[in-house]
Amino acid sequence: MARVLGTSIKRREDPALITGRGKYTDDLQAAGMAHAAIVRSPYAHARIRGIDTSAAEALPGVLAVLTARDVAAAGIPGVVPVGWLLPDLKTPAHPMIAADTVRHVGDAVAVVVAEDRYLARDAAERVAVDYEPLDAVADVVAALEDGAPAVHEEAPGNVAFDWEIGDSESVDAAFASAANTVELDLRNNRLIPHAIEPRAVLASFDSSTGEMTIHMTSQNPHVHRLLMTLASLGMPEHKVRIVAPEVGGGFGSKIHHYADEAIVGLCSMKLDRPVKWAATRTETNLTDAHGRDHSTHCALALDADGRITGLRVDTAAAMGAYLSTFAPAVPTYLYGTLMSGQYDIPAIHCHVTGVFTHTAPVDAYRGAGRPEATYVVERLMHLAGEATGLGPVEVRRRNFVPADAFPYQTQVALAYDSGNYGPAMDRALEMIGYDDLRTEQASRRGNGGGKLIGIGFSSYIEACGLAPSAVVGSLGAQAGQWESADVRVHPTASVTVYTGSSSHGQGHETTFSQIVADKLGIAPEAVEVIHGDTDLVQFGMGTYGSRSAAVGGSAIVKSVEKIIEKGKKIAAHLLEASAEDLEFEDGSFRVAGSPDRALALGDVALQAYLAHNYPDDLEPGLSATSFYDPANFTYPFGTHVCVVEVDTETGSIDLLRYAAVDDVGNVINPMIVDGQLHGGLAQGIGQALWENAVYDDSGQLVSGSLMDYAVPKIHNLIPFELDRTTTPCPHNPLGVKGVGEAGAIASPAAVVNAVVDALAPFGISHIDMPLTPEKVWRAVNG
Amino acid sequence: MYPAQFDYRRAGSVDEALGLLQEHEDAKLMAGGHSLIPMMKLRLAQPPVVIDIGRLDELKGIAEAGGSVRVGSLTTHADIAASDVLAAHCPVLAEAAGHIGDAQVRNRGTIGGNIAHADPGSDIPPVLVLLGASVHLQSPSGTRSVAAGDFFQDLLMTDVGEDEILTHVDVPALGAGTGSAYLKFEHPASGYAVVGAAASVTVQNGRCTAAGLVVGGVGAVPTAVDVSSLVGTDLSDDAIAAAASGLDAEDPIGDIFASGDYRVHVGKVYGKRALAAARDRA
Repeated sequence: MARVLGTSIKRREDPALITGRGKYTDDLQAAGMAHAAIVRSPYAHARIRGIDTSAAEALPGVLAVLTARDVAAAGIPGVVPVGWLLPDLKTPAHPMIAADTVRHVGDAVAVVVAEDRYLARDAAERVAVDYEPLDAVADVVAALEDGAPAVHEEAPGNVAFDWEIGDSESVDAAFASAANTVELDLRNNRLIPHAIEPRAVLASFDSSTGEMTIHMTSQNPHVHRLLMTLASLGMPEHKVRIVAPEVGGGFGSKIHHYADEAIVGLCSMKLDRPVKWAATRTETNLTDAHGRDHSTHCALALDADGRITGLRVDTAAAMGAYLSTFAPAVPTYLYGTLMSGQYDIPAIHCHVTGVFTHTAPVDAYRGAGRPEATYVVERLMHLAGEATGLGPVEVRRRNFVPADAFPYQTQVALAYDSGNYGPAMDRALEMIGYDDLRTEQASRRGNGGGKLIGIGFSSYIEACGLAPSAVVGSLGAQAGQWESADVRVHPTASVTVYTGSSSHGQGHETTFSQIVADKLGIAPEAVEVIHGDTDLVQFGMGTYGSRSAAVGGSAIVKSVEKIIEKGKKIAAHLLEASAEDLEFEDGSFRVAGSPDRALALGDVALQAYLAHNYPDDLEPGLSATSFYDPANFTYPFGTHVCVVEVDTETGSIDLLRYAAVDDVGNVINPMIVDGQLHGGLAQGIGQALWENAVYDDSGQLVSGSLMDYAVPKIHNLIPFELDRTTTPCPHNPLGVKGVGEAGAIASPAAVVNAVVDALAPFGISHIDMPLTPEKVWRAVNG
Repeated sequence: MYPAQFDYRRAGSVDEALGLLQEHEDAKLMAGGHSLIPMMKLRLAQPPVVIDIGRLDELKGIAEAGGSVRVGSLTTHADIAASDVLAAHCPVLAEAAGHIGDAQVRNRGTIGGNIAHADPGSDIPPVLVLLGASVHLQSPSGTRSVAAGDFFQDLLMTDVGEDEILTHVDVPALGAGTGSAYLKFEHPASGYAVVGAAASVTVQNGRCTAAGLVVGGVGAVPTAVDVSSLVGTDLSDDAIAAAASGLDAEDPIGDIFASGDYRVHVGKVYGKRALAAARDRA
């Protein structure tokens, strides 16, 4: 049988999705279903003097109007918890419904349930909330200033945490003796995730059984069940089933547990009816956890040969009004630990202050900490290339961790298991035609035209598949980071896989079926993949952090291996051979050295269920459950090169070329890997050029709609030139590393470096993202 | 979408629509719905009655007669962009219509709805002002026409009376030796014009005999630039740049993407480029 691992079979998910048959949460209907509309604060910070619900309740068809008082009366925990703790982390309570104080525009103050959605919206407009507006602070730097309005009394100075990693003394010493230093103040702009499907939930409580089924937009149903029952609704975990139907993207935003989903659960419990809520685009923009929002000072020290001797980073990272599920981990363990990049840096220190602001919370968004780290390191490397005269290529090459130095222990906790950085850079240079581009750049500069070209590099490192559980636990995670898989071979040798890594667009059903088909020597069509349902799937940690192939896929392999081992015992019994003498290849169990003595997987599977002629010491059946806990992160890497043309008369930027060479280890489905890169690149380029969540000084989100917030559209982008090198991960059975975030991690720095490179004749060394034409024009014109 | 409650009435004729407008206070006319519906979706507009005139065939179509082109108010942007008649007589209008939104928007959105909404970032208004188009309105008491330059009064405000329906625009055909161009600096989120420059120049025997430049997006209404200095010149780049730099807006509009000052600057650059493109096509 032809190998299916490593081939671009078509996504089995797509026929339903592209013909409109995909069932998303808001497509679901339940008998007796009512509709919720959530009343939200129009103020970034205000005291609630009172809430008059009578006008809303008076509308015929309105079933209930609930406020914080009803949450308290329900006797439930009623809070939204944080799932990652840091030393001395301030964890002020995040109530499901604000009781006395609202802390960001969009904070929930009441919920209306009505017979239809129109009525629910009408009634929500009639809920009269008496607010006493208070001073607000939305900016991460302003929030740290003396006298800034306090977001929480429990967090003086708006400091949520103060965290550091590395050795500041050795860094000081490196700077003291440096031949060259470069430094930079930068902002990493706040982003709104913009999953194409806004968040939605359908909660169905049944008082006769005490059970609740919640269909919702979730990247990790089991984690949501845990947080929903434990911290919010106080229900027994086994009485709650969470189902993620089709989920239309998440980019991290659907990892987190939100107040809204818990509020709708409470409504269903109170009314003993199914209740649905689906966010409008405006609502989802106001309440989804946002991404990034850093203010950073960073500096690099180099010796006379252009070798890096030290890196210093000091970051203020916005947390928003409340600590979202994994928020504290993002600018710390997913950021500070990445500061070595692809480079052998002997001294690193990174200090991060987590800052409360009167804004939507900030949490993991595609890349989560790693794009921010890559941006810091790769912007500095660009400046180092200029300052040393080595240029962007040579300064990187000179500092790469050498191929023979792996495993490589960085100064910021991570130990890179594998890597080979030079070839990816070489290939990228070859693809882009680097020397010719530099010649064209020089000629354009020489002829005095208004359209300059620039070439920008980003040599990134990523750490995906957060692991192992014991280590992340010691760092504050309140969850394990393994994954589970139950693989069941049916009597006819078709297979059902139950995976805890649920898909929200990534194509798990296709790729996981390829893994099983390849290992068992059967057709991918003979493998069904079940995910996203806590009643069907044993347990799981979900899909985020580019973990599904490396962790979820490995759990599947582990189960398949157990099945093959058991199958060998059954086959040995049937073939009257010793199990040690059996081999499994191309779907058949064979006696080594006697190719005619063989049984197909189907023969063995059937016998496993008949158990008529069967080993005495073996249980019937042919299935296996595994919980796979990785030994380490995986470390994808690559070099991206962006070429831009800058119109200096207007500041407009045109993308001319984008070449990306990525090393994501072994590849299961090249088409899906390319697709992930395309999407990640679109988002990373979007961050660099267009996307920006802007709050004004009063804390109003002024880019809350798609009329103001620029998500990249297809005509804004160019065909990407992709290639790969392959350095398999040495510690997981598939040799895979993860690809979901690579594009978003690498590309912002590549784009900004390209623009800054184009504008070098103007003495411009930095422009903050997004590089809007006006900013570029103002930089050019002093 | 979940707007506030409203009644929906579909008019079968212009006269019926006018009657419905009389009958229902604060009613809104809907053509393609591309301006009204988003406002209703956000509940920024809560009309008690929506009068749908979208199916009135009498208001659709493009026809040339007597040196001008009549474009019915319900003609879609897609039809305008693809019109052979306009390509022959007023190509800059077709060019601008082709820049509006995306294919779906152009298939639904209409010229009448567009200019009655009068968004400062709309592509059509500066072109109509440039071409000296007239806008025709009908009310129970009769019909009247308004020069495009007078039609746009302020941000989202036009000369359309509460009892009037915009029926069509008449666009004078461009004469021989005239080149025209519309250049758009697009907002990356909304797709509206941050700046849209519409220009025309007429050349006879190598000399400019007429020139026009109108810039949208900078002011609340299209801003006409006095480029008469070009008449008599050979339309050199320098002459064009000098003429376009005359763009002046007292109180330019600005937003988080582009400030007023920057819009004025880009207006001059795009004005210059549009004039140069028009020259090259003349």
